[in-house]
Amino acid sequence: MMDSAVVLNFVNSAIDWVKLVLDAPSARAVVFGFHIGGHLFVEVFLLVVILFLLSQKSYKPPKRPLTNKEIDELCDEWVPEPLIPSLNEDLLHEPPVLESAAGPHTIINGKEVINFASANYLGLIGHQKLLDSCSSSLEKYGVGSCGPRGFYGTIDVHLDCEARIAKFLGTRDSILYSYGLSTMFSAIPAFSKKGDIIVADEGVHWGIQNGLYLSRSTVVYFKHNDMDSLRNTLENITSKYKRVKNLRRYIVVEAIYQNSGQIAPLDEIIKLKEKYRFRVLLDESNSFGVLGISGRGLTEHFGVPADKLDIITAAMGHALATEGGFCTGSARVIDHQRLSSSGYVFSASLPPYLASAAITAIDILEENPNLLTKLKNNIAALWRGLSGITGFTIASNPESPIVYLRLEKSTGSAKDDLRLLENIAERVLKEDSVFVVTSKRSTLDKCRLPLGIRLFVSAGHSVSDLNKASESLKKVAALVLGGHN
Amino acid sequence: MIAIPYLTALTTYFSYGLLFAFGQFRDFFRKLFDWFTSSNLHGYAPICLGLEDFYIRRLYLRIQDCFGRPICSAPDAWFDVVERYSNDNNKTLKRTTKISRCLNLGSYNYLGFAAADEYCTPRVVETLNKYSPSTCSSRVDGGTTLLHNELEECVANFVRKPAAIVFGMGYVTNSAILPVLMGKGSLIISDSLNHNSIVNGARGSGATIRVFQHNTPSHLEEVLREQIAEGQPRTHRPWKKIVVIVEGIYSMEGELCKLPEIVAICKQYKAYTYLDEAHSIGAVGKTGRGVCELLGVDTADVDIMMGTFTKSFGSCGGYIAGSKELIKYLKYTCPAHLYATSISPPAAQQIISSIKVILGEDGSNRGAQKLAQIRENSNFFRSELQKMGFEVIGDNDSPVMPIMLYNPAKIPAFSRECLKQNVAVVTVAFPATPLLLARARICISASHSREDLIKALQVISKVGDLVGIKYFPAEPQKQQQEGKAVKFD
Ligand SMILES: Cc1ncc(COP(=O)(O)O)c(C=O)c1O
Ligand SMILES: Cc1ncc(COP(=O)(O)O)c(C=O)c1O
Repeated sequence: MMDSAVVLNFVNSAIDWVKLVLDAPSARAVVFGFHIGGHLFVEVFLLVVILFLLSQKSYKPPKRPLTNKEIDELCDEWVPEPLIPSLNEDLLHEPPVLESAAGPHTIINGKEVINFASANYLGLIGHQKLLDSCSSSLEKYGVGSCGPRGFYGTIDVHLDCEARIAKFLGTRDSILYSYGLSTMFSAIPAFSKKGDIIVADEGVHWGIQNGLYLSRSTVVYFKHNDMDSLRNTLENITSKYKRVKNLRRYIVVEAIYQNSGQIAPLDEIIKLKEKYRFRVLLDESNSFGVLGISGRGLTEHFGVPADKLDIITAAMGHALATEGGFCTGSARVIDHQRLSSSGYVFSASLPPYLASAAITAIDILEENPNLLTKLKNNIAALWRGLSGITGFTIASNPESPIVYLRLEKSTGSAKDDLRLLENIAERVLKEDSVFVVTSKRSTLDKCRLPLGIRLFVSAGHSVSDLNKASESLKKVAALVLGGHN
Repeated sequence: MIAIPYLTALTTYFSYGLLFAFGQFRDFFRKLFDWFTSSNLHGYAPICLGLEDFYIRRLYLRIQDCFGRPICSAPDAWFDVVERYSNDNNKTLKRTTKISRCLNLGSYNYLGFAAADEYCTPRVVETLNKYSPSTCSSRVDGGTTLLHNELEECVANFVRKPAAIVFGMGYVTNSAILPVLMGKGSLIISDSLNHNSIVNGARGSGATIRVFQHNTPSHLEEVLREQIAEGQPRTHRPWKKIVVIVEGIYSMEGELCKLPEIVAICKQYKAYTYLDEAHSIGAVGKTGRGVCELLGVDTADVDIMMGTFTKSFGSCGGYIAGSKELIKYLKYTCPAHLYATSISPPAAQQIISSIKVILGEDGSNRGAQKLAQIRENSNFFRSELQKMGFEVIGDNDSPVMPIMLYNPAKIPAFSRECLKQNVAVVTVAFPATPLLLARARICISASHSREDLIKALQVISKVGDLVGIKYFPAEPQKQQQEGKAVKFD
């Protein structure tokens, strides 16, 4: 006891002494108004010691690397899995092969059938004007563009097409992608990076899911097309990240969901977006050229100006009956993509004839607003025809050109459901020459919405086509599903 | 490997440093200005963050007239470049109605199928009228026509694999296939200079990614041994499977893949090989079948062969070729097959017809002539450039030849001066290459005539003197010869 008190005393006096010594010469030193006292020396000394200790390697047991022989053995022993799992026979469904253009009527196995498998909403497949513009473009520019946009792959029709789309939608500018699928998965990562937040609908298309994943942002899904769920999610996120500044926040929705035929309630989304200060990315793949009085899409349908939305994308492989995709928005949004969007920078540009086709398709749409009326009437007619169908409910919105028939009672497994649906689709094709398709899911797709039969209605269908389709589906559904219920 | 001279590296760093400093200086004033005018973001975060687009605003915009030059004809040996002007210091460029006819050294038109072709074009137009430009449906729904099946058969036969599957875009081919084949617990070993589509596909797959030094088989072996011995990170479980991804011709380097060595190593270590032949298919090999044919590799030893139709075939899209089981599996699972619109029928016809021409099935020997021509053109052009003292990288037989520029100021200088003399070249800078290694890239086509090439060489030599990019001494007596040849013409 005594000992320690003595030691303590000694240490104290030693420290006092050190302080005194240090203070003595520098007690009055003032540099730039900063008093340099002895404690500064002590602190600097401690800092040096800390840095010294930090620079030393911490103790680690010496590691003995594997010898070459051991590695050889390990390499010999290693047996990789096969590249692909063994194939399961019942998975292999062969799609029908078309022998003519995929218009409202097409030929399968030498027989003319009514086609409900192509998203040819305006019936522009085979339109003479479209074909004429394509063939003159083909003769002038050849087929492919042989280069990415940056390296002489920009052809004047690309610029014209971008301007035409922007003019049609009333946006500042737009950018063309060479494939519909690549549009979203390139556009999303260009604007959202690690740390940013994306709130997305759980029913979004795979192209969007892939974009969300590639962006490495924090992704939160809300219940499919459920505005209460969206509001709660936004509320949670806003309170969780209240203090974080410069965090980009996005809501990602599809105008008409390919996976269900539902229409996103844009008016409510806009309200929520403005309340919580999120930006909106809207995919109009299935609504562009379909919704609104003049086919300008979901924004027109809800009377929302297009510039309320920050980024709008769409695939052109549907209503416009060509290929590729575009993104439209403010000049800043578009210019940023021209150097930062991977699918745009690192891929050959859209074949020029497909850009010409897009321009012509928009022209045709503007000149013939009756196409839209026809499409609306056709959707309504199909709905009427399908009412009372056995074993199915129509899950899509009454204004959606995708009419989505969902099983009333699932068998319990997605695989069996799919087999049942395939069976119905096959019989409808074989017995009544009506070509309908089931919704199929890749193993990579995270969407868990129920599978169903999907009919793509076109303005090119005649009333008798629609009647025949609904009669046939009703008949086969009653035969196949009648026993189930 | 490119060894940048010490002095050049120093001046290049200095130039970028200067550009960066000035950019920051201007940004500082912009911020001040923004602060006074009060932002109009209303509580949103800016959609492009400051540093994210610093490079675009302060470096790229200054020279953006060298990129994305619009053309208004087919990208053939000669094409029409639309002239542009700017009223705001290059920030925006406007098209004029003036065009200049330029020699095209930029497009990937290796075999000259970009322009109208006596065999292909009539068939393409016929297909257009029969099938329309699009099917508006995915391959598994209503997007498979007779033509699509014919195309897949034709491609499988061409690349000498049992089966093939085609997609409407080359980029998507890579980025949608890798996630199907690889996943958690598998390892992707990728060449350090692989194309962005491969990088994106690998990232999207969730597999672990390791990189080996560009085109260095010995390093690949090292990585493979280390990884097999170590197993998965943390758990040290053995890897489920390993795939090694390489390209046939590296489009920014002009180099041929060292395929025989790499295939041998992959075989030894039981790794699968994935070969992206975007630039080599159709362009090299005796019958145009790509690097496997050129380097004598049996296609059976390459598990997955990928390629695109945007280059040699003058169309669009991409393919995967492999065993029958592999393709069947992909047709059942690949999202690009299940969801994306099937390849446009006229584009499919262009591929079928151009393959027929290449193989001589059109009843002429034009295909063989084209292949001989591109080889001769490439080797002539490369050797002449080297003789002049340019630093040309890449291998013989490759139609892609990058000329090193290094210094950022030389990028626009070279590009603009060449264009003034009606030669259109591509200059490549960051982000497509490392910051220091800016270059010009020449793509030779079979449709270039000897006169075209000589004109190009004259112009490039003159501009090269002006810009100062002849980093090596010229070979004196050879240059004389060349001078003579030029006089003959
Ligand atoms: C939302 C969405 N994005 C992308 C695509 C793919 O477009 P494309 O079929 O033109 O490749 C689709 C289509 O099926 C889609 O619905
Ligand atoms: C190696 C490689 N893979 C894939 C692609 C993408 O092909 P596409 O332009 O058809 O999308 C490219 C294109 O530039 C490439 O160089």
